[in-house]
Formats: sequence, C-alpha cells, structure tokens
Amino acid sequence: MKVLLRNPSRQVEVDGPLEVALLLQQLDLNREAHLVIEDGTLVPNDKILGKDAVVEIRPVISGGSA
Amino acid sequence: MKCRVCRGPAVIDIRRHNANFCPEHFLKLCRDQTAKAITQFAMLEPDDRVLVAVGGGKDSLAVWDILTELGYEADGFYVGLGIGEYSRTSERHARTFADARGLTLHTEDLLRDHGFDVPNGSRSAKRAPCSACGLSKRHLFDEAARRGGYDAIVTGHNLDDEAAVLMGNVLHWQTDYLGRQAPLLAAHNGFPKKAKPLVRLTERETAAYCVLRGIDYLVDECPIAAGNKHLSYKAALNDIERDSPGAKHDFYFRFLDQAAARFAAGPSPTADVGAGPEAEPAAPVSPCRRCGAPCSNDICAFCGLAARATAAVPVRLQPTPPRRPVRS
Repeated sequence: MKVLLRNPSRQVEVDGPLEVALLLQQLDLNREAHLVIEDGTLVPNDKILGKDAVVEIRPVISGGSA
Repeated sequence: MKCRVCRGPAVIDIRRHNANFCPEHFLKLCRDQTAKAITQFAMLEPDDRVLVAVGGGKDSLAVWDILTELGYEADGFYVGLGIGEYSRTSERHARTFADARGLTLHTEDLLRDHGFDVPNGSRSAKRAPCSACGLSKRHLFDEAARRGGYDAIVTGHNLDDEAAVLMGNVLHWQTDYLGRQAPLLAAHNGFPKKAKPLVRLTERETAAYCVLRGIDYLVDECPIAAGNKHLSYKAALNDIERDSPGAKHDFYFRFLDQAAARFAAGPSPTADVGAGPEAEPAAPVSPCRRCGAPCSNDICAFCGLAARATAAVPVRLQPTPPRRPVRS
C-alpha cells in the first residue's frame, strides 16, 4: 500500500493487507499523535488496509511555546 | 469497532473514554465537551461577542466552528507573522474557512502594520522566535478585542497544549506561571477576558473533528517551532498516554482541582509580559506611552520588541583617508 507521511511530506510503500494499528506500530508512530485517513475520512485502528490502499498518516501535534 | 452511542460503524477510538464513535456522535462529543468546558469554568455568557484568535490550523478553526455551531457570535482575527510560505498558506486556510461560512475575519500583518516580521524581528531584538511570536499575537489580539468591543478572546488551546505547558512549568517549578495557568483568564487591568474552550479535547480529537467536518486546515508545522521544548513535552506526554490512557487529562484537571489554588497568590511583581504562556503585566498598570495598551512600564513589551526589531543598525562611517596625489 502507499502511505503518505507528513513533516516532511514523503511517501513510503508498506506490504498489505495490514491492520491500521499494526501499520502505525510498524512505522514506529504513536497512535495518540496521528490520524490515519483514507479517501478523505478517518479509518479506525482495527480496519484492515488492503495491499492497494492509499492512506495518509497525519501528525496532530502542533504549536510553539506561545 | 462500534459507536458507543448508536452501535453503528465507528471511525475513531477515544481510549481515555474507553469508547469508540461514529462521525455523527464524535462531532457531538466534541461540541458537548466544549460546551461543558465553557460551563465548568464560566468562560462565556450566551450573548458574549467573541473574538477567536485564528491561525489557520486545526485548533483555531475547530473552536471557531464549534462556537458558531453552539450559537455564539464569533468573529476571527488573524495575524500575519511573515514566516514565508507558511504564513501565506495559513492565512489562505483562515480566509477560505471564513468565506465559506460567511464569517467575519479581521486581519493584521506584523510587517505591513508594525514594520517587522517574526524571523527578522526576533533576530534583531535578540529574542527567541516563538517568544516574539507569542508576545506579538497576545498584544495584537488584546488590542483587536478592545478596538472591536469584544467581550472575550477565545484561543484554540487544547488539552495537549495545557498539559505540555503544565509539564514545563512543573519541571522547572515556575510557581508564578503555575499560579496563573487556567482555562479562563478573567478580564483585568484593561485586558479582555481570555478563554480556552477546547481544554477538554486532545489535539488528536480537534484534528479528527476537522477531518470529519471537512475543514481544510494547515497541517504543516511552523518551520520555526520545530524542535522547541513545548513539542518535546507533548511527545513525552503522548508516550505516557499510549501506555496509560487518560494520563494527560488527569495530569491537567487534577492540577486544576487539587493544586492550582496553592500557587495562585497572584502574579509576581517582576512578571514580564511574554516571559511565559500566561504572562501579563502585574499591577501597577498604566497606558503604554506609544500605543496606550495597559502595561507596567513606560512602554509595553510589544512596543519594546517593535522598537528593537525595527531599529536600523547604525552605519559607522570611517574617516575618509587623505587622497594621495595621482602621479602620471
């Protein structure tokens, strides 16, 4: 599957099918700090993503010290 | 995963609530939690005119959207910080959001209106960029609220923001700041009331709210903020949260319930505007000689920053050496 990552923007290939929670774990990303988006909407952690899926993993942490 | 409310397909799990939600009931949860925070901390009256500090990111657009949905009269205020493409994109997101909903967005630009931008101004003033940015935004939001006769300034600070600030203040035992860290800062000394209605929502939840509402927000991180301590505190807290769901909520809300009052002896008379997240001048307060804003010195911290940021570096002229006669 194709996985779009942010900050900086880049794309990686990951073997599917794979559960969303395991995808985050495989990429060493904290589920509390990321959303997984497919076709413009959220996908839950227990969804199995197909081998041809295209997903974005969006970080949610932001902000300066102000 | 099934929605806790309707048993339909869920799209998000909220582990600290031990619950999953479908889009409809997740959006309702966000509105309910915001309304609960407003009530819990007496943040706003139903007829308050609210000025929302908008930066084009998920939190400010989410709080503006939720307040509008809850029936508040809320206008937006955007400050252009001059951080290159990042600032241009953030203004575009704020403008698009406002125009699509017929909302009023006021704007001000640091370079156009005050003669400096954050990257260059902070360098000239020898101040950390995030500090100069925060100081400028606080001052300009206050002034905009006063000019426009707004009852309150609302910011998009969420649970992660507040927990990270609390962590920084505890790690360094900043007792002055601990005494002033609250979701509501009452109007005082000429400063308008400031409220943070998203304190019951995490960043993951405000981002999810925007995705499900179709709000196109600025995802990219501020290029200047990268690597700052605030972000590392958030990452550390999320590592704890992953293994102990609800830890961030307990850390912040139990501080408010059980500890905040112990530090609330009032601001230190040496408090410096902009020195901390909640910093505002302690009494005595008099108008700034340059802009008229309330301050505890001759000029306010923002005018001091602007003066240093815009001061031309004097060119030291060297005496012209005597010319030698040209020999042919």
